[in-house]
Amino acid sequence: MFPKGTKRKFSDSGDEPPAGSDDVNQPSSAAVRMLSSYSLQRQSLLDMSLIKLQLCHMLVEPNLCRSVLIANTVRQIQEEMTQDGTWQIMTQALSAANAAAQCSADRLVATEVLCRQTEAAQGEPAPKPFPAVGSEGCSAEEVVVVEEEDEGVEGGVIMSTVSPQAPTAYLPSTFGIDPCWEEETGEEEDEDEDSEECASGSEEGDNDRLVEDSRTAEQVFGTFEIKNPAPSPDPALEELFSDVDASYYDLDTVLTGMQSAPKMGPYDLLESLSSHGPSPLSSSTSCRSDLNELDHIMEIIVGS
Amino acid sequence: INAFSIFKNIFSVIASLCFVPADIISTVEFNPSGELLATGDKGGRVVVFQREQETKSQPQRRGEYNVYSTFQSHEPEFDYLKSLEIEEKINKIRWLPQQNAAYFLLSTNDKTVKLWKISERDRRPEGYNLKDEDGRIRDPSTITSLRVPVLQPTDLMVEATARRVYSNAHTYHINSISVNSDLQTYISTDDLRVNLWNLEITDQSFNIVDIKPSNMEDLTEVITAAEFHPQQCNTFAYSSSRGSIRLCDMRKQALCDTHCKFFEEPEDPSTRSFFSEIISSISDIKFSHSGRFLMTRDYLTVKVWDLNMENKPLETYQVHDYLRGKLCSLYENDCIFDKFECVWNGSDSVIMTGSYNNFFRMFDRNTKRDVTLEASRENSKPRAILKPRKVCMGGKRRKDEVTVDSLDFSKKILHSTWHPQDNIIAVAASNNLYIFQDKVA
Repeated sequence: MFPKGTKRKFSDSGDEPPAGSDDVNQPSSAAVRMLSSYSLQRQSLLDMSLIKLQLCHMLVEPNLCRSVLIANTVRQIQEEMTQDGTWQIMTQALSAANAAAQCSADRLVATEVLCRQTEAAQGEPAPKPFPAVGSEGCSAEEVVVVEEEDEGVEGGVIMSTVSPQAPTAYLPSTFGIDPCWEEETGEEEDEDEDSEECASGSEEGDNDRLVEDSRTAEQVFGTFEIKNPAPSPDPALEELFSDVDASYYDLDTVLTGMQSAPKMGPYDLLESLSSHGPSPLSSSTSCRSDLNELDHIMEIIVGS
Repeated sequence: INAFSIFKNIFSVIASLCFVPADIISTVEFNPSGELLATGDKGGRVVVFQREQETKSQPQRRGEYNVYSTFQSHEPEFDYLKSLEIEEKINKIRWLPQQNAAYFLLSTNDKTVKLWKISERDRRPEGYNLKDEDGRIRDPSTITSLRVPVLQPTDLMVEATARRVYSNAHTYHINSISVNSDLQTYISTDDLRVNLWNLEITDQSFNIVDIKPSNMEDLTEVITAAEFHPQQCNTFAYSSSRGSIRLCDMRKQALCDTHCKFFEEPEDPSTRSFFSEIISSISDIKFSHSGRFLMTRDYLTVKVWDLNMENKPLETYQVHDYLRGKLCSLYENDCIFDKFECVWNGSDSVIMTGSYNNFFRMFDRNTKRDVTLEASRENSKPRAILKPRKVCMGGKRRKDEVTVDSLDFSKKILHSTWHPQDNIIAVAASNNLYIFQDKVA
């Protein structure tokens, strides 16, 4: 699909250059730019949609119609990407990255996405779509959110784990978001009991959900799981996680801001995330105000 | 009064901003006679306006609507099982036709429908034997004669009482209610189910449509609105997030999962994009008063369907096609999920729907002319004539035109209603209610 001898740029990852087996027969740069622009747009739409779906979880009770429409959009993009081969490339890279990962770091998918976009923005060609994920293990950019049990944070944490197993079947219909659609209790699969506790719920509920979600995660992109961090034997990583706490609070601040100022787009969210990527250490003063924000959010969620 | 007069720009303000509720208005509805206008808001309150009667002494006050009754319909609730708060926001109000001196309406939030009785009291009994006029008990030893209490006129009091509460029938959020022409039943609709109720019975309802898949992961479509046919009490229609409408006959079978008619317009491949499905999602459906047509609103258009033609709509009207090129931004800021309503005028000749920037649009079905009007404080001094507005796509902007980029997407007119006979419309713009009528006497 790619001409031999051509350095595969990130932006071309979804493209099929129409002709040529070497540089001389490269298609016109305009056509390539157009294709890559479409691919980028499509990718950014996918990212935006995934973030929206994740944020659905944050709301007290997700709007089913909106969730369904966004999920259908993601599915469409997924299908198209599967057709032109981009999807397989991405998932293979993901599984390769997982195999190489040194830790079971929990990553926000958006962060990986962000890395990809950052790479593209910087114009650096990358050998594969997820350079940051690769053999470096957990860099600060990737470990964004950590759930702290003793903080009493419930449900507000959205983290995802790229599945350790190679995702074999990407059924468009399976998403980890599904549990959140199901509002009935009892008669359905176990996932559903915890479905509505996306925004609040017991720690136990979260743990139950982890088990269930790991099943769907195998089939899926690896999004929308809520996990406790696996205790890491690596002290450096411990430190890394503690740094990330501040990022989490900022995530909440960002999201609070999002709820009150709905015009803030998901890209602002990504920017906020990225702003903490390279410099995970935050001052303690911002932590304190963020803690107040967190209390405030918890009040809203619990409805005290 | 014909619809043509509207396009001579003689809609004028008769009673705008007579009441500014604290909360965002979430529904507006005239009652079947047009005498009353109800609004529901995000805080669970219902405010009912009544039309001033014409009097010889004050002929200019004809048609003004004044506050008649205010009551708290729904309170916020907490679902302890699911740890979720249930919003008190009133999603819909539907009036029952008046059958006696009292007025009845159904109001609903996400989970519970309530039947409210609004009645007047302008008399009270006076002349009790055992208590005096202040209500204090009289000393029996002072009573030397008996009298019969009589009803004496008092100041008018309007009271609202909840007569029925229909609860615990919906797992998902209720988006519509519709009273049947038999005046005995009504349907309430959530994302996946339609339930049929008898107005008298609150502890059971019949589920007549259920599109919930056995595996929720297979869910790709939800119900967005449902309405009873205005004359045929066995017929109702419901719309979906995929842009289709199903007409169902309750006589065929108890569970109306199989439709009688299925209305869907094939997609135009030339305009296909990743947003095609979202913008095809129907946000509102309304039968015409005649019962011959069905109107649907999706993100960019209003369509009129002939009930006898399923494969395509009879008419399609572009509400704000200039947004087609901005769908990505509108997706990003979530405006693409806004649910606009649409309404017929009394004679089914004009249809109206809202847009952004506090604009609303009217389409004359006969002349094919359309007009854009604005609901804003500046333009709405009483008796002022509304000026038509125009949005220009770009390039040279004429005076008074508004460019697409300067549209305010936070100002949207989602809810509106048209008087059943006269050319009076009520339009909700966030927390303001505007009432316009045409000036032709």
